[in-house]
Amino acid sequence: MKRSVGDKIIDAIIVFFMVLVIIAMLYPMWNTLAVSFNDARDSIKGGIYLWPRKWSLYNYQSVFKTDKVFNAFLISVARTIITTILNVFFSGLLAYVLSHKDFVLKRFTTVFMLMTMYINAGLIPQYFLYRNLGLINSFWVYILPAMVGAFNVIVIRTYINSLPASLSESAKIDGASEMKIYFFVIMPMCLPVLATVALWVAVGAWNDWFTSYIFAPKQSLSTLQYEMMKIISSSMQQGAAQTPDYLQQSQAKSSMVTPNSLRAAMTIVATVPILVVYPFLQKYFVTVNIGSVKE
Amino acid sequence: MATTSLVTGRVVPEKPKSTFFEKVKKQKELVLITIPFIVYFFIFNYLPLWGLTMAFQNYKPYKTFWEQEWVGFKHFQKLFTDPAFYRVLRNTLAMSLINLAFSFITAIIFALLLNEIPKKLYGFKRVVQTISYMPHFLSWIIVCGLVSTILSMDDGIVNNLLVALGLVKEKIHFLGKPEYFWWIVGFTNVWKSMGWNSIIYLAAITSIDPCLYEAAAIDGYGRFGRMWHITLPGIKSTIIVLLIMNAGWILNAGFEIQYILGSNGLVLDVSETIDIYVLKKGFAGTAGSGFAFGTAAGMFKTVCSAAILIICNKVSGWLGEERLV
Repeated sequence: MKRSVGDKIIDAIIVFFMVLVIIAMLYPMWNTLAVSFNDARDSIKGGIYLWPRKWSLYNYQSVFKTDKVFNAFLISVARTIITTILNVFFSGLLAYVLSHKDFVLKRFTTVFMLMTMYINAGLIPQYFLYRNLGLINSFWVYILPAMVGAFNVIVIRTYINSLPASLSESAKIDGASEMKIYFFVIMPMCLPVLATVALWVAVGAWNDWFTSYIFAPKQSLSTLQYEMMKIISSSMQQGAAQTPDYLQQSQAKSSMVTPNSLRAAMTIVATVPILVVYPFLQKYFVTVNIGSVKE
Repeated sequence: MATTSLVTGRVVPEKPKSTFFEKVKKQKELVLITIPFIVYFFIFNYLPLWGLTMAFQNYKPYKTFWEQEWVGFKHFQKLFTDPAFYRVLRNTLAMSLINLAFSFITAIIFALLLNEIPKKLYGFKRVVQTISYMPHFLSWIIVCGLVSTILSMDDGIVNNLLVALGLVKEKIHFLGKPEYFWWIVGFTNVWKSMGWNSIIYLAAITSIDPCLYEAAAIDGYGRFGRMWHITLPGIKSTIIVLLIMNAGWILNAGFEIQYILGSNGLVLDVSETIDIYVLKKGFAGTAGSGFAFGTAAGMFKTVCSAAILIICNKVSGWLGEERLV
């Protein structure tokens, strides 16, 4: 098709609009980045938009020097890694089992599992269950309830069903056990879908603060997102009782750092791990995402 | 081995069909792997349903189940006579509808425009897509922090711009004014999910036959004519399915953004949703006195949600679209 002058004008308008979208999407994070690298006392004067005026790494130093924040960072990393590995492994395993077309328990297990996506006893019965299981204020509350996901199982099973069956069959004839076939044949072939599910699970685990808030409010189990939540809601309430004491201390001890600058640095610390991995996994998740919705 | 029946002359299999137990024996390994999963789902998803009995009790944490006093629908009566309940119901529905309308329209328009980016600017298109998916991966906490920074009274960019352009005389306390709250939530949702939601429409657009566009061009349709008469009808079924699917979640207006942005206490009348109501009532009072009422409120929401989901699924089936559940 030939492009007329009118077409070119429309193209220009569309490109202009897209540039505006990019700016709107990027500016808030970019601005936070600039503030986090700017000297805290200088930031109070305002006017930091796109570039730090007075470079300083002090905000980041004070984030990691605060024991509570550093501990929260470690808890976040630990729970994210453990949950991701377990959830991907077990969701994949169940998906593999359910991909056997003639499996006796296939229908029952599928329905039993799918129902969990729609039934929900609610927050308080859930709290009681966790209390009876001894999960309240325990690190395991981050891990145990998130070991399998019904939706993940369905997505992986769809992918396994699209693979040629001959490979796992020949392994079976060679006398390999189901676990061995899963581990050595199925998992390597499912890398794209497993990477996608891993990304979903990891993002969910890393971004979750509600579990800490309700089920593990103990300071030693706090996560980075929960610390962020405390800081942001206290900055909204301005001087309410919830202000974490290290913020008050840092305000009192020195004027080197301010709540706003510390918050900016923490925002970056809490975001960067995800933004670093996601472009690499993007090529996988777009296709899988669409496949799963079409299914 | 099969034998031929003398009477009918048909081939009759000697062993009719392996019974359930024979199959289980043959698939022993698979069954053994599956059982822990069934136990797991039972404990974490089905066992808590037992706790719903609390909604019909005058629940006291120090008593055993058999000693609890049963009160029938008392908590539900209290729920339906609580003016605060109708307020949170209104907030939930209002924010849901705003979010639904905003995110649908913006995601569709965004996908249409992305599709119109000229082919030679392919790299630019990839960059736009990658950046537009990014906010989806940020947590609501981070997003709320960004929103409160941008709308801040001291040095927030929105107020600075409005003042610099002379549109307002005084800076506006956006997060302290009830009349802005729903719209702020709506815009934030668009910011966070527009790019991500557009993925599915883009996929639907790529499956449209390119010949249709050429035919339309020969018939003299312009750029917008083709968008309106070819692209939009081409993705119509996707739009309908997603619309119905999302309508099923209408009682889930969100929790985190309203909880955090509403935590300054200035806009509680318009910010609290059903989920926040359940949380606050459930954990209110001392020694678990709110547990029973919170459970009842949560149960009301779950039952309504399930009913709406089933209806939406049925409607989707009648319309000849694929069933979702």
